[in-house]
Amino acid sequence: MITRRKFLKSTALGVTGMALPLAAFDFIDPRKLMALEAADASKVRWVFLVDTYKCVGCGLCVKACKEENEIPYDANVTRTWVERYVLTKNGEVLADTPKGARDGFTTAKIDLGLGKYREVKQEDIEKAFFVPKLCNQCENPPCVQVCPVGATYATADGVVHIDRKWCIGCGYCIMGCPYGVRFFHPVHRTAEKCNFCYHRITKGLKPACVDACPFGARRIGNIKDPGDPVTRIIMTERVGILKEEYGTKPQVFYIGLSREVK
Amino acid sequence: MKNHVYRPLLVVIAVVVLILAVRAIYVPDDFAIGDRGYMYGWHRQGNEVDWKNVKVKYLGREYCQDCHTDRYTSIMASAHQDIECENCHGPAVDHPDVRPALAIDKSRAHCLRCHFPLPYASSGRSKIPGIDPDEHNPDIACAECHNPHDPMEGLK
Repeated sequence: MITRRKFLKSTALGVTGMALPLAAFDFIDPRKLMALEAADASKVRWVFLVDTYKCVGCGLCVKACKEENEIPYDANVTRTWVERYVLTKNGEVLADTPKGARDGFTTAKIDLGLGKYREVKQEDIEKAFFVPKLCNQCENPPCVQVCPVGATYATADGVVHIDRKWCIGCGYCIMGCPYGVRFFHPVHRTAEKCNFCYHRITKGLKPACVDACPFGARRIGNIKDPGDPVTRIIMTERVGILKEEYGTKPQVFYIGLSREVK
Repeated sequence: MKNHVYRPLLVVIAVVVLILAVRAIYVPDDFAIGDRGYMYGWHRQGNEVDWKNVKVKYLGREYCQDCHTDRYTSIMASAHQDIECENCHGPAVDHPDVRPALAIDKSRAHCLRCHFPLPYASSGRSKIPGIDPDEHNPDIACAECHNPHDPMEGLK
């Protein structure tokens, strides 16, 4: 004879079993899931990849950036720049970026500022290299948090912008950026910074600096697209970021970063 | 309550109403919390469109290819194939309609960006042939001997 307890138990089990669709027993393929994510146009997160081995310090990226983004050419401000690091055998770290390397590095003399130069003999150099810099489009941008008027903000695709109509020019963000990428635009008199050439990347073009680089040292990619070659390098190779200890989660990744680079 | 309590209260209410009214007029309608929440996304939404609408100035070598086919073909077959046209000729925006002639940078300094020798071992710069600008024909332009579209053409 069937007891009430047994009847209720088997009924519940039977109903649950019938309610379970076959799909519930499918193993979810993470690659399929990621592909679905990438197919969605809103799933874009722009990232940048710099290969310091490839950079030769020609500064064509800086020139192109200034022209493309209408940054006054002779003013000593720029959205992107290239730094030269020369490490001597007796432990000195020398770094310079004359005019942000707008005209490249056409001398072995290192610009120490205030009209002073230093020439290091080739045999005294332990290592030397170039490091292009630009806005890191941080996941936790400190520059955005300090803006008192809501003139700077991050978009869904990760780019940090400045609203020129709304910026009051207080300069908090310029002080707040640990990477020193922000400056005052001499014409608009508002804060200014790299935005990965937002007008180009949203049209399917590459940023002006990426197109101008003859050596492939600069690349842009979408970290949410697993098939993107830049994403694959960031995920599978050894890349570094700048000032990790600040917790800003910068989205510009470097191949061949050295600890001397600040 | 007496009148002297109400009067300052009315003044305070008037000030608050005034501030709210000014804010309603002054702050644009599309000022809102964006996709990144209050901490990172509080902004005038229309500004994203403003940034998307900035004019593109560097158009890429594909833009030059159709009219300047011979130039395009010659540089693409040379050691300078990786150098974009606009790196020397300047941005092609509004060319040829508004700006029929582009200013070409033929200066020695422009060539020296890559060809000044800096033998930094871990940088690609050490692999590019360089010249000492004070020794190597200092008084003439590089382009007098070297065709920038095919730098070693016709040289011994």
